[in-house]
Amino acid sequence: MRIRFEKRLAPSRFMLVATPVASVVLTMLLGAIIFQLLGFDGPDAIWQTFVTPIVAPYKWQDVLTKAAPLIIIALGLLLGNQAKIWNIGAEGQYVIGALTGAGLAFAMPGAPAFVAIPVMIAGGIFGGMVWAGMPAVLRTRFHVSEVLSTLMLVYVAMQVLNYLIGGPWKDPNGHNFPQTPPFTAAQTLPHVIPGTVIPPGFLVAIALTLVFWVLTARSVYGFSVRTVGVAPSAARYGGFDASRTVWSTLMISGGMAGLAGILESMSQLGQINLGFPSGYGFTAIIVSFLGRLHPLGVFLAGLILAVTYVGGQVAQTVVHVPEATAGIFQATMLFFILASDILVRYRLRLVRGARRAAAAGAPA
Amino acid sequence: MRKENDMSLVSRRNFMKTAAAGLAAPALGRAAFAAEPVKIGYIYLGPIGDFGWTWAHNKGRLALDAALKGQVKTSYVENVKEDASAIPILKDLAQQGNKLIFTTSYGYMDQTIEVAKLFPDVKFEHCTGYKRADNVGTYNSRFHQGRAVEGTIAGLMSKTGTIGYLGSYKVPEVVLGVNAFTLAAQAQNPKIKTKLVMIDSWFDPAKEAAAVQTLINLGCDVIAQHTDSPAGLQVCEQRKAWCFGQGADMKKFAPKTQLTAIEDIWGPYYISRAKALLDGSWKPDDAWWGFKEGTVVMSPFSSAMPENVKAAADKVIAGWKDGSYDVFTGEIRDQTGAVKVPKGVRMEDKDLAVIDWYVQGVQS
Amino acid sequence: MTLEFLIDALVTVIGVTTPILLAATGELVVEKSGVLNLGVEGMMLIGAVTGFAVTLTCGDSLGDFAPWFGVIAAGVAGAASSMLFAVLVLTLGSNQVATGLALAIFGIGLSSLVGASYVGMVIAPFNQAFPAWLAEDPIGRVAFGHSPLVYFALIMVIAAGWFLNRTRAGLILRAVGENDISAHSIGYPVLAIRYAAIAFGGAMAGIGGSYFSMVITPMWAEQMTAGRGWIALALVVFSSWRPGRLLVGAYFFGILMTLELYAKASGFSCLPSQFWAAMPYIMAVAVLAVMSARDVAGSEAPACLGRPFMPNS
Repeated sequence: MRIRFEKRLAPSRFMLVATPVASVVLTMLLGAIIFQLLGFDGPDAIWQTFVTPIVAPYKWQDVLTKAAPLIIIALGLLLGNQAKIWNIGAEGQYVIGALTGAGLAFAMPGAPAFVAIPVMIAGGIFGGMVWAGMPAVLRTRFHVSEVLSTLMLVYVAMQVLNYLIGGPWKDPNGHNFPQTPPFTAAQTLPHVIPGTVIPPGFLVAIALTLVFWVLTARSVYGFSVRTVGVAPSAARYGGFDASRTVWSTLMISGGMAGLAGILESMSQLGQINLGFPSGYGFTAIIVSFLGRLHPLGVFLAGLILAVTYVGGQVAQTVVHVPEATAGIFQATMLFFILASDILVRYRLRLVRGARRAAAAGAPA
Repeated sequence: MRKENDMSLVSRRNFMKTAAAGLAAPALGRAAFAAEPVKIGYIYLGPIGDFGWTWAHNKGRLALDAALKGQVKTSYVENVKEDASAIPILKDLAQQGNKLIFTTSYGYMDQTIEVAKLFPDVKFEHCTGYKRADNVGTYNSRFHQGRAVEGTIAGLMSKTGTIGYLGSYKVPEVVLGVNAFTLAAQAQNPKIKTKLVMIDSWFDPAKEAAAVQTLINLGCDVIAQHTDSPAGLQVCEQRKAWCFGQGADMKKFAPKTQLTAIEDIWGPYYISRAKALLDGSWKPDDAWWGFKEGTVVMSPFSSAMPENVKAAADKVIAGWKDGSYDVFTGEIRDQTGAVKVPKGVRMEDKDLAVIDWYVQGVQS
Repeated sequence: MTLEFLIDALVTVIGVTTPILLAATGELVVEKSGVLNLGVEGMMLIGAVTGFAVTLTCGDSLGDFAPWFGVIAAGVAGAASSMLFAVLVLTLGSNQVATGLALAIFGIGLSSLVGASYVGMVIAPFNQAFPAWLAEDPIGRVAFGHSPLVYFALIMVIAAGWFLNRTRAGLILRAVGENDISAHSIGYPVLAIRYAAIAFGGAMAGIGGSYFSMVITPMWAEQMTAGRGWIALALVVFSSWRPGRLLVGAYFFGILMTLELYAKASGFSCLPSQFWAAMPYIMAVAVLAVMSARDVAGSEAPACLGRPFMPNS
């Protein structure tokens, strides 16, 4: 008797929703057991990581602050991932976007806020698009895999950042530390919308979630992207241009990453320093998969990941678990969701006898 | 209101659990609840296992724990990025009832100032920064004093007249070290030259090893380093070049060739500040401690050092302690030969803190 | 510019190159079978901490043999961690990019957690394969003065080239990477071959990681590979999936990194150092573009790279 996978005719809607929830729950269970074995208070560590940030109102602002860039970047990535065009270089586009916006800010120091802010935001989007445009050219003109080129360009972007903040853009009043000058009041956004706990980036994330929902569910473009991903040859017959899909998905994901970068630097730090690249671009890939490549799913997944970040820090101070565990949690959650992916597309069936049924074609 | 209830619940529960979890703690039976200990928090840049900067700060924290047992209760958060995510962590520590919070890296400067505004009752101490407030002090250690000791030894021990310096980034702290090392060596041997390699990283064992091999190959026979790993010392041991440990006694990595090491000892500072907090005398200072106060300590001198070298080194240490010696006393020229400090003048702390030029004799 | 000087410089190049070469050789075989495993950095760290821990623990009972066990353990640990990836992408058909990234994050976290108790401890460096009279000879050391892992890396990249191009098994592995569906219909066990390739890649990454904790610095520190796993990925791209070019490319990268240090120490800093640091990645992309543009087949990029394969579907 053995287990066999049988392809479903249509993806299971129940599994589509149930598996991410199950992944989170399983991660919590497994985490509790492992922590207990390691000599920590397992249930408390899990409680602090996953529940405290949700039940303690004073943590909400932190969760939303973390969630905003994750959601914005992951929304940008989901179209590409649906079309099986893998942009894993959002981290680099995030950095270049922020740098472009910052460069514009330094170029027009006296501009009033109503000029500076839109220009910087547009610059951020543009910078991210340019950085994602290179892999798009390489893919469409030279057949270079975008998986590899986007990843390579992340490390080039890091060096661009190091060069600019330690050289031409170094803050003259910064005691010679590698960092840009602070943005002026006209070039910054508030941490939170006054009177609330909502950071401006999160408002943008909510709006974009709706935009992407319409785009994926209701537009021809969204349909064409999915078709390219699922059935490239059918897409070709349907008249959907493959290289246009490459270009558009990379431009969207790069632009979103750049937007997240400039918003983060304008509303949170107010300058750019060595610590600016903090991995949102990579974590957003997890978010897009955890959210099942659906805008609403991505929105929720971004919140969940943000909770584990914030909760991981709470657990560090309260239960004294090492920081590394936050990464383990995120990876475990992603492992579970990826493993359970198969349940959406396949049905499990117990097969009697025929031990080598699955390998029937193997050479004798 | 609810918020505060939540918090006290969390902290009390946590407190009892940590007490119960301390298997090896003989203090369990003692009335630990009699007087609530004062909570002190830390945020670290690296993991406590980096065997470098963060490791040394954590040792300082443990020294504080040991010295004021029962009176203080410390906690820490490691791997805190130098971006906006430091803000919620600091708020968290403040809300959890920490009365004194040490932020142990330069990149937490603005975040510290900002959170300090929200919690006027909580004291903050920022390491290596320059922004202060009513409840924010700054502190640093004069590691360049130790560099002068190393330079003195290097000037006497070098046969080739070329000594090497493995650096990280061109920030004032590192530039001070390079200059102190070179000036002190030139005081012993005016012809001495320092070759400098910056690796653009605080911690990268493979690159550190390669850089030290390069320096030795280019004729350096004594090497000092301002990066965190002991990789360079191991190379020196193999290549029979004299070397100095960084941050801690690294003799076990170079038993034959380590001459001495600069040990980062934060314990005395942390203990003194905690005591000041307990007796109510805490005020925001700009502390820059050194040999005299005990935050810079040289490891025991190697038996490979001749007596006259040991004596010269001891004289420098004694001079720093009683104020009769300062390596940054004119005349000092920069790399171009221009006089930066006139004869007999001592550089002021405010100039040292922002230094960005190398002295004559440094090759970079 | 004496012979002595050149030998010393070469020793530096070899030290920089070896761990990247080890990991990249494994990844090349994995990618040739049609699988993209982005988790190299994580597997290297797991190998690094395992190699160190085993050597330290066995040091008393095994003496000089302890490092050999350490290296083997590092390989086994790397392979074991790669099996997590393999089960997900092969048996369960999950997305390779996401699974590989998850493995990288997982490995970084797990190695930190496991390694916490080994911080600050030290073992004897595993840096001599030959007796001292050979290894320390002023001229002989260029050939005999290295860690056993240096020779192992060279042997393995040559062996990989021979295996892929000269053996039937290698041909089958490449066929699986080129066209998994045809390979399956001819009757080759596609998944079994990919499992084996991934395990080999994991083992090589683990051993590459152990080079950091056992040879370069005989100690454990968190994230001590400092991003070399990503450079290894770049190197595979740079090599355009050919073992010969991989060897040349690895040494080219190593020479580039070493030259940067020599330029700095000698006072020739005509270009910003960040330019040098970005160079391997820029070169990898450039080579990829040139190769792909000239001849799509000539780049030897496996056609099925990154595509899931489900035999039962």
